[in-house]
Amino acid sequence: MKDNRSRGRFGQHGGQYIPETLMNAVIELEKAYDHYRKDPEFNRELTELFNNYAGRPSRLYFAKKMTEDLGGAKIYLKREDLNHTGAHKINNVLGQALLAKKMGKTRLIAETGAGQHGVATATAAALFGMECVVFMGEEDTKRQALNVYRMKLLGADVIPVKSGTATLKDAVSEAMREWTRRIDDTHYCLGSVMGPHPFPTIVRDFQAVISREIKSQMLEAEGRLPDVVLACVGGGSNAIGTFYDFINDDSVRLIGCEAAGRGVDTYETAATIATGKLGIFHGMKSYFCQDEYGQIAPVYSISAGLDYPGIGPEHAYLHDIGRAEYVPVTDEEAVCAFEYLAKTEGIIPAIESAHAVAHAIKIAPKMKPDELMVITISGRGDKDCAAIARYRGEDINE
Amino acid sequence: MSNIYKAFEGRKAFIPFITCGDPDLETTAGIVRAAVRAGASLIELGIPFSDPTAEGEVIQAANIRALSAGTTTDKIFGLVRDLRRDVKIPMVFMTYANVVYSYGADDFLSNCSKTGIDGLILPDLPFEEKGEFIDACHKYGVDLISLIAPTSKYRISMIAQEAEGFIYLVSSLGVTGVRSEISTDLESIVKIIRENTDIKCAIGFGISTPEQARKMASISDGAIVGSAIIKIIERYGSKAPDHVYEYVKSMCDALEGTAP
Repeated sequence: MKDNRSRGRFGQHGGQYIPETLMNAVIELEKAYDHYRKDPEFNRELTELFNNYAGRPSRLYFAKKMTEDLGGAKIYLKREDLNHTGAHKINNVLGQALLAKKMGKTRLIAETGAGQHGVATATAAALFGMECVVFMGEEDTKRQALNVYRMKLLGADVIPVKSGTATLKDAVSEAMREWTRRIDDTHYCLGSVMGPHPFPTIVRDFQAVISREIKSQMLEAEGRLPDVVLACVGGGSNAIGTFYDFINDDSVRLIGCEAAGRGVDTYETAATIATGKLGIFHGMKSYFCQDEYGQIAPVYSISAGLDYPGIGPEHAYLHDIGRAEYVPVTDEEAVCAFEYLAKTEGIIPAIESAHAVAHAIKIAPKMKPDELMVITISGRGDKDCAAIARYRGEDINE
Repeated sequence: MSNIYKAFEGRKAFIPFITCGDPDLETTAGIVRAAVRAGASLIELGIPFSDPTAEGEVIQAANIRALSAGTTTDKIFGLVRDLRRDVKIPMVFMTYANVVYSYGADDFLSNCSKTGIDGLILPDLPFEEKGEFIDACHKYGVDLISLIAPTSKYRISMIAQEAEGFIYLVSSLGVTGVRSEISTDLESIVKIIRENTDIKCAIGFGISTPEQARKMASISDGAIVGSAIIKIIERYGSKAPDHVYEYVKSMCDALEGTAP
């Protein structure tokens, strides 16, 4: 048997573990992407959208007060929260929506956890005049009610998914099912560096703008590369975007912060690298939280966007070869970091991004003042205020 | 090669799908024996998976019921061992890649061979990823069954040429579940399959009535029915075997008149 048939591998991870019904769709997507990524006109249009619509480049902000307060590394924040729609998700969505349009597709479907990817997809669909259907776990529609309204306002249909744990993994499953029902006019705008090839590569390439910008902004500000970059990891799209241009720069430490929920020694966790094992799910081979018989675990995190039992295959590979480190961060630590950044810098980060801030708070004081740290603030935290208030025992209306 | 070819000898095959452990393994054993008595040619046994992405709501719910009842892969091997004391027709497993992968492909297929499983259907393992399990399948004489879909187009010949056991032709787009009408041009797909292999081909997805089964079997070598049977099990629970018997009998009778 020839193993080289399998496409889209990152070491042992990746591949295309999907129903035959979808195979030609992903093959056509790969062909189209290979063509358009080299097409100057496509790239010109995408850059135009990035700069004039999404507001790129996003700022690399020197967090002076946080740096002084922690008394260690010099800390910069990569402000993806300042993008249009409030998160890094728009980078990938503009790329995929433009690609889908070039392919003649008229309908976008997407999964969403926290709702940021759903909002971004609904936004691009409105901009390009495309139909849009977003699948969202019923549980998440409750904790992210504001984003549900935003998607509807933008003209999307939001389908609450009741199956399984009614969270992100179930939304992905339902979006995949919908894609097998209707392929011809529909592009599945996958929101993270996961799923079958070519999605992990396409999403990474569209998110890599984050690390390209960090690199040039840091060279301009400090004249050298950062010593450490941090990002939160669910599927891992903002993290791979933050890491990608630094992978070959061995001096740069890459740290992905996973959602540990109530702790990696409990069942209420979503820390895949810390608690998962190798498996095959949602179109890819990677690490997944699962039981001894391969049943996918009902994971938990306060963050709807990190509440996923797997991790993108390229992250699994970077972990295997020791190029990136993955650390668990609990709900409590993330909530404290959410409050800390608000009070210290006047920036309310998404609860997802707060996981990266939390780990930075742990390690920055141990670093030297001439060492440079970048934390990607993948999204803004307005959507989380009601949930964090509830976590702190305060019931507010959204 | 396994015994699967025997299911298609001299007649059109009727293939019922049953999720193991729904509502419990004892009932599953009763249902399988009832289906065999009623004339089924081959039994497709589903090993439940927490997140079955190729299934519609009916089979998703059966998976949840089975897992909630404590069904595990090891207990299912026990069920197969028990069934093999009297069930002589071919039996295949239908499950998802992670169930096999997490068990260990070698251990899983070794147990398939020891307990009497003839084939393995994995809807999330397309042609390009067969390398994951094919060596272990061949080592233990278990056929890895290929699926062909309405969207397969130029892939049909490639898949058919390497097919083993039987070919599972997916009738229509979407996930499993009852459909009132199947509109795919299946004849032309079957024609390309026939040009590329002698392996038999059965059609599944969306079939529930004797008329549909007869029509599908007339253009292929057999009909596979899942959701319609699962609905009977959902309705009657531990009393399901007698009802499944009646249903399978009506389907087999419908195929009786179809030329082999």
